[in-house]
Amino acid sequence: MLNAEHKRNEGRLMNGAEILLECLVREGVDCFFGYPGGVTLPFYDAVYDHQIRHVLVRHEENAVFAAQGYSRATGKTGVCCATSGPGATNLVTGLVDAMMDSIPLVAITGQVHSKLIGSDAFQEADTFGITRPATKHNFMVRNVHELPQIIHEAFYIASTGRPGPVLVDIPKDVFQDRAHYVPVDAIHLPGYKVFLDGHAGQIRRAAQLMLEAERPLIYAGGGIIHSGASAELTELAELLDAPAVCTLMGLGGLSSSHPNFISMPGMHGSYAANLALTESDLLIALGVRFDDRVTGKLQAFARHARVIHVDIDPAEIAKNRVPDIPIVGDVKRVLQKMNRVVEELKPDMPAKTASARQDWWSKVRGWMDERPFDRSRAENEIKPQHLMDEIDRLSGGQAIVTSDVGQHQMWAAQLIRFNEPRLWINSGGLGSMGFGVPSAVGAQMARPDKLVFAICGDGGFQMAIPELSTIAANNLPIKIIIMNNGVLGMVRQWQTLFYNNRLSSVALEAFPDAEKLAGAYGFTGRTIDKPWELTEALITAINHPGPYLLNVKVSPMENVYPMVPAGGAINEMVFAPAEEPALV
Amino acid sequence: MQQTISVLLENKPGALLRVTGVLSARGYNIESLTVAKTLDPDLSRMTIVVDVEDRLRSQVVKQINKLINVLQATDLTDAPAVIREMVLLRLRCEQPSRTSVLKEAEIFNARVVDSSTEGYAIEATGDPEKLDEFIEVMRTYGEIEISRAGACAMSLEGKKLRLQPPIPAPALAQV
Repeated sequence: MLNAEHKRNEGRLMNGAEILLECLVREGVDCFFGYPGGVTLPFYDAVYDHQIRHVLVRHEENAVFAAQGYSRATGKTGVCCATSGPGATNLVTGLVDAMMDSIPLVAITGQVHSKLIGSDAFQEADTFGITRPATKHNFMVRNVHELPQIIHEAFYIASTGRPGPVLVDIPKDVFQDRAHYVPVDAIHLPGYKVFLDGHAGQIRRAAQLMLEAERPLIYAGGGIIHSGASAELTELAELLDAPAVCTLMGLGGLSSSHPNFISMPGMHGSYAANLALTESDLLIALGVRFDDRVTGKLQAFARHARVIHVDIDPAEIAKNRVPDIPIVGDVKRVLQKMNRVVEELKPDMPAKTASARQDWWSKVRGWMDERPFDRSRAENEIKPQHLMDEIDRLSGGQAIVTSDVGQHQMWAAQLIRFNEPRLWINSGGLGSMGFGVPSAVGAQMARPDKLVFAICGDGGFQMAIPELSTIAANNLPIKIIIMNNGVLGMVRQWQTLFYNNRLSSVALEAFPDAEKLAGAYGFTGRTIDKPWELTEALITAINHPGPYLLNVKVSPMENVYPMVPAGGAINEMVFAPAEEPALV
Repeated sequence: MQQTISVLLENKPGALLRVTGVLSARGYNIESLTVAKTLDPDLSRMTIVVDVEDRLRSQVVKQINKLINVLQATDLTDAPAVIREMVLLRLRCEQPSRTSVLKEAEIFNARVVDSSTEGYAIEATGDPEKLDEFIEVMRTYGEIEISRAGACAMSLEGKKLRLQPPIPAPALAQV
């Protein structure tokens, strides 16, 4: 918060490092994640006794993931910091990850002294060049006087429009040089256009279509979460009484416990969601990008449907599917208007349509009953589905769940309820392994009040082991749950199904003893493998006041179903062999 | 098919690379590119000729428009526009043919910019097809070397430029 002290800073002679921190305070930053190094020494010297909290991670990649966790849990812009050269290059995966999932992020990197740039100096890398395609925008600061302007522009770009990561590369001398701090009064970005309000005529046409449609379906994505449009989405679903699917990025946008929610669509989506997409006559696409993991074979996707597509990014319109009614705008603002028009037109809805709607619902309910997600249990081993089902039951749709990438991610998305937005935190677009643990660090830091589960596979967990140290050092009460099947499960599943079960390089042998591993960091760890231990072990972990590492050994050969084979149409799902209906 | 895109962008380090990056990231080969500052020295005008699949044309222009440094990107491929290129050509030619070369150059509205015992240096501007012809003709007179500037395009219809006005800095609102 800004106070009199910061007001007094205006006009004061400060060095670049102090000016940077002053700008961060003015942007409302209370905590950031980073790793110091040679050229960021002057910056960290200013951080030393500053009010903003710095969280020391154990690898720069995890600084971005933690900043993402912080941002995904709150909607605020996440901030991370790394030194020049290897520090900066280690950020790249996390930046691309944030880009793919539209996460607002500002990354600060140190650069070698301006006079040394281009001389192959120690720890020099062309960060500006390397991160150009990895960010929404990036900057290199040339002198201390332009620093405040650039920092505020960076935050503005990161957090507005379609959010994304912005990197600011700062040479060492810019941190050291002194200048009178002049607050920035305005941001000049003549080429940066943000379209917020949808076209009123298009909104009315869309509302009319919604009331004429006999088989409408809401297809809601990450845009709902980013724009904070959950309430508006819920209202629309109720006004239309239409079934709704939420994508992997949109889970929690409409509460998983809402009666209109028919789960996630796509490659491992629900039977009902995929068939509803295929049979629908009107797709109401809200903040989605028609990702290939959702659409499967594009030509077969929602082929009977007219499409209303609302998105803040004009480049998403008609990128994969040409909509009948495109609306460029912030989905929250558009829905606020749309709901009023729907309400106004609703009394005129023809009786014929109303009865067709009832048939549509009974069809959808039929699909839901016919093939719900598998929550089955086994007598002598813990099935992964059993694990997720128990986490679901104990969290009651209220806990924050971060995940890595792979089978456990899909089972978690299928089986765990999220009754609010910003509870489900995962690397959707890029699919970065090692995301679960560091993003939980950021999420728990942002939401100390929340129960945070980091659900990992045994592969992704091992990519993030260094952060156990960060968790211990900050005593973050994160519950790390390892769904340990001893293999890279999703790769193994594809090898089984499509590569004649030739299990090449997927066995993760020599997994560390969880109790000793957690113990080495000074917290509690435990391994279980019996189904009757599961509930008690999860409750113990939840009730434990500090961090907890629970290693759950599950059946190794379990596959995630339903599954749409790559390139297939989403209505052509494959099910677990036992479930497969007998061929006639 | 070849697409001509006109881009108005901020004259800043790295801005050019951002635009070409949109194309190279998709594996498109740039046929030609010209860029220079405009009447406003803070801005540059760029003309790109690039081979893009028809169905992706509007997507490419949208992606360029999305860049923070780009004020406006327009597809001039099917729009009324003048497109000009320039070529500098050095021709080695023997005495007997020198007069014919000059006549030929005149037909193409080309200008001799240097003359020596070896031959001529000639400057020509025109639409790309006309320059192709000119080069073909000159080739018949002897050994040539060319330096060709890419297409420079100007739209013939005024398109209103929508610029983002300055935004009050968010932090100040908190004071």
